[in-house]
Amino acid sequence: MSKREQLKDDFLESRLIRRRLVLAAIFTVILLGLVLGRLYVLQVVGYEHYSTLSDSNRIRIKALPPTRGLIFDRHGVVMANNLPTYRLEIVREQVTDLDATLDQLRQYVEYTDQDLKRFRQSSKRRRPFESIPLRLNLDDAEVARLAVNLHKFKGVEINARLTRNYPHGEHAVHALGYVGRIDERDLSEVNEVEYAGTTHIGKLGLEKFYEHELHGSVGVQQVEVNANGRTLRVLSESPPVQGNNLHLTIDSRLQRVAEEAFADRNGAAVAIDPTNGEILALVSMPIFNPNLFVNGISYANYDALRDSPERPLFNRALSGQYPPGSTTKPFYGLAGLEARVNQKDEKTWCGGYYLLPNEERRYRDWKKEGHGHMNLNDAITQSCDVYFYDLAYRLGIDRMSEFMAQFGFGVKTGVDSTGERNGLLPSREWKRRHEGMPWFPGETLITGIGQGALLVTPLQLANSTAAFAVKGTRYQPRLVRSVEKIPDYNMIDIADRVAGRYQLLKPSNWEHVHNAMVNVVHGLRGTAQGINRGLEYKVAGKTGTAQVFEIAQDEEYDEETVAEKLRDHALFVSYAPAEDPKIAVAVIVENGGSGSSVAAPIARQIMDAYLLEES
Amino acid sequence: MNHSLDADSVSITRRILDALRLDPVLLSLLVILALFGSLVLYSATGSDQGAVLRQGTRIMVAMMLLIAAANVPVRMLRKVSIWLYLGGVGLLVAVMFFGEVGKGAQRWLDLGFIRFQPSEILKLAVPMIVATYLADRVLPVGFKELVVSSVLVLIPVMLIARQPDLGTAILVGSAGFFVLFLAGVRWRIIISLAVMFSAMAPLLWKFALHEYQRKRILTLLDPESDPLGSGYHIIQSKIAIGSGGVYGKGWLNGTQSQLDFIPERSTDFIFSVFGEEFGFFGSVVLILIYLAIIFRGLYIAAHSNENFGRLLAGALSLTFFVYLFVNTGMVAGMLPVVGVPLPLISYGGTSMVTLMMGFGLIMSIRSAKRFLV
Repeated sequence: MSKREQLKDDFLESRLIRRRLVLAAIFTVILLGLVLGRLYVLQVVGYEHYSTLSDSNRIRIKALPPTRGLIFDRHGVVMANNLPTYRLEIVREQVTDLDATLDQLRQYVEYTDQDLKRFRQSSKRRRPFESIPLRLNLDDAEVARLAVNLHKFKGVEINARLTRNYPHGEHAVHALGYVGRIDERDLSEVNEVEYAGTTHIGKLGLEKFYEHELHGSVGVQQVEVNANGRTLRVLSESPPVQGNNLHLTIDSRLQRVAEEAFADRNGAAVAIDPTNGEILALVSMPIFNPNLFVNGISYANYDALRDSPERPLFNRALSGQYPPGSTTKPFYGLAGLEARVNQKDEKTWCGGYYLLPNEERRYRDWKKEGHGHMNLNDAITQSCDVYFYDLAYRLGIDRMSEFMAQFGFGVKTGVDSTGERNGLLPSREWKRRHEGMPWFPGETLITGIGQGALLVTPLQLANSTAAFAVKGTRYQPRLVRSVEKIPDYNMIDIADRVAGRYQLLKPSNWEHVHNAMVNVVHGLRGTAQGINRGLEYKVAGKTGTAQVFEIAQDEEYDEETVAEKLRDHALFVSYAPAEDPKIAVAVIVENGGSGSSVAAPIARQIMDAYLLEES
Repeated sequence: MNHSLDADSVSITRRILDALRLDPVLLSLLVILALFGSLVLYSATGSDQGAVLRQGTRIMVAMMLLIAAANVPVRMLRKVSIWLYLGGVGLLVAVMFFGEVGKGAQRWLDLGFIRFQPSEILKLAVPMIVATYLADRVLPVGFKELVVSSVLVLIPVMLIARQPDLGTAILVGSAGFFVLFLAGVRWRIIISLAVMFSAMAPLLWKFALHEYQRKRILTLLDPESDPLGSGYHIIQSKIAIGSGGVYGKGWLNGTQSQLDFIPERSTDFIFSVFGEEFGFFGSVVLILIYLAIIFRGLYIAAHSNENFGRLLAGALSLTFFVYLFVNTGMVAGMLPVVGVPLPLISYGGTSMVTLMMGFGLIMSIRSAKRFLV
């Protein structure tokens, strides 16, 4: 740089800045000239055009909500469809005195404070001249009464809209979930433009999980309306596209058989095809009618459902977590053989209780007088606890947990629905983290009979049993078999997904445990031999009883005297036909007492319904 | 007699204005604009007197701040600019962590007694710091000065853009850029930057813009593609302005506006209400008033006696122009929809305060060289 440039020269610099200021001024004039030019084009040249648009006005753009996709069961039976219902709707702009109108409407139709609240809420996010529903689901009498008097109300309309309907009512409700009125929170999770005009959204279960498939895409209609805002004619329309249809893995007939098998007992049952993870039935009892929720459940109905001690709204199949009890014994038995901790014919003495070295506490068998000499086959068939206390002691918690994890205990199955929980597979690490305590040997023992901290969801238990049935291949269970894409009705099958695969070290180990499970049902001393009468195929199963509360050391469990809600849960897992499994079932009956007498018969009804009538 | 009384009262007003260090020309133009604005606002809010009163209160508060700013000596302005800048950037960072989310963007900082957008501070702080920095350097700016100034501008601009608030980022960025431009950045640098920017445009499109921002630009090219979203705003706004014709439908008579076809009609889209009710003629008058304000600012800049004043007054006036251009361009369907209000007319207080304080600074620069006419 030369020296002259290094020195500040105010004269030169101010001349430079002024030159730039003038340039900038010219620039602003040019750009504002462009804006004025644009305004000239709009206001002077385009005046006629825009004036017509504005005068004849009233060209409005209406959102056309899409029709929600249908849901079919695996045989094409409709599980969820849409029925036309009448709604009372109000166009805010056309009503001069809203409060008076709302008041007068009460003479002809009833609506609750809840309806009013929803109406005001939806009013906030409406487009100009969009009609907002005040009451849904008008009955014929109401429609007639209103129609006669409609001329008195400007801006009030009766419109027919398609509304979600579950033709089977309460059946399969926990598999399907339901839709409900869309609210602010739902809107924040979706693209608002796509939901312009949509009044319902999946709230729970499949309906929520597959919302993106079921919803469809919004359509647009340009309509011309008169000065009062009534539609005169449609100028152009791009119709909405219906949501995709879902074809489920659920067999609605099987589902109903399973639900009815529970009679008035509470609990859950899940049936899975072990060869691909398709869920054939997903039951949680009691059930409730999802149609109540579609049009906004009344507070009274909702309170009744929510506060019922039976907890019908709770989806036990996915969210219920239960101790699996003795249904874990086949898994631990296999774990022992694979780890060569025990031998197939090695016998353990069962004298009614088990003692840890250097400990006073008696770990009791459910059979007070003991089972005598037991090998693995006997121990599974007769569900001997002492044998498994001993096996657990020798295996140790680390190997037990590691083995169980490979069959899916303690992790979500990844089912395509909402609300699934993890269950709980305890380990040293887990106990340190959650209770800040070391693991005690006694806990290993009770884990060995499926008690203690171990928890499973019914779906998990069914899926683990299914994985056992096919020698270790665990599929991700699912409720949807294929998605039917609209508008071309292409069936997109959802592929089977293997979630984990346990590699057997010795196939004969599995055979051995499997045979023991067959003996549970078909053997003379099998705990579930009560269900083998007239059985046309072979079943492999295992009963279980899960303690709801702990019995003191010297007390006796007496079913008669224990209050019902503290009674043991009854469990049964099974798969059939034993030689070529097509269905795996897990049943949990809450406070049902023993698995053999209550849960096993339900499983048998499910298997019968599937295997006998299927073929 | 009468004549001399008139002359007397004129000179009294003049003396008061001088004592308050205010520029009579600029002040009158601003007052005319504010009055004009209140009329439009009354119509745009559906004859809501409350809203107009609230806006009136804001204008009064903003005027007070204008007077306060006009009385800060230029020396002080140069001294505080660094602290204002650092404070503003610090608050922007705070917004990132503690800010409140409104309408999907994180812009607001809640101090308990007051809620404000720190990005507003930067609208003044950025041109001030760059002008302070360049005022003592040899002009035209060299390479080192260019780099330092660019960094000073880009830090807050990036922070604001990721809130995301594209409108404010554009305003802050252009305020800084204008200082550099006036300080004489060489044309070959400006041109090569422009070429580089256009070359990078596809990349920016892909990585720097949010999905909704891309959509708005696409919507501008083809509003019919998104008739339920922002395309609807543009379609309705164009109908409103176009149907106004040469002389407009008359105050309070705009059907598009009064029947609520125009979204955000009292804030960002208030110009469509104006265009519908006052027509092309009204628009020309309004834009001429704006132009007069801009030119007065540029005039004061040109006649300041030191570089700091020249650069700051010039940059602030040109930023005011950017407001006007981006807003009217957007409403007329020439530019994509970005949240920039019509200056001093749109309903709302934040930008009003900053703008008025900006004019206060310009007036302070004017009085530094006593009684510039």
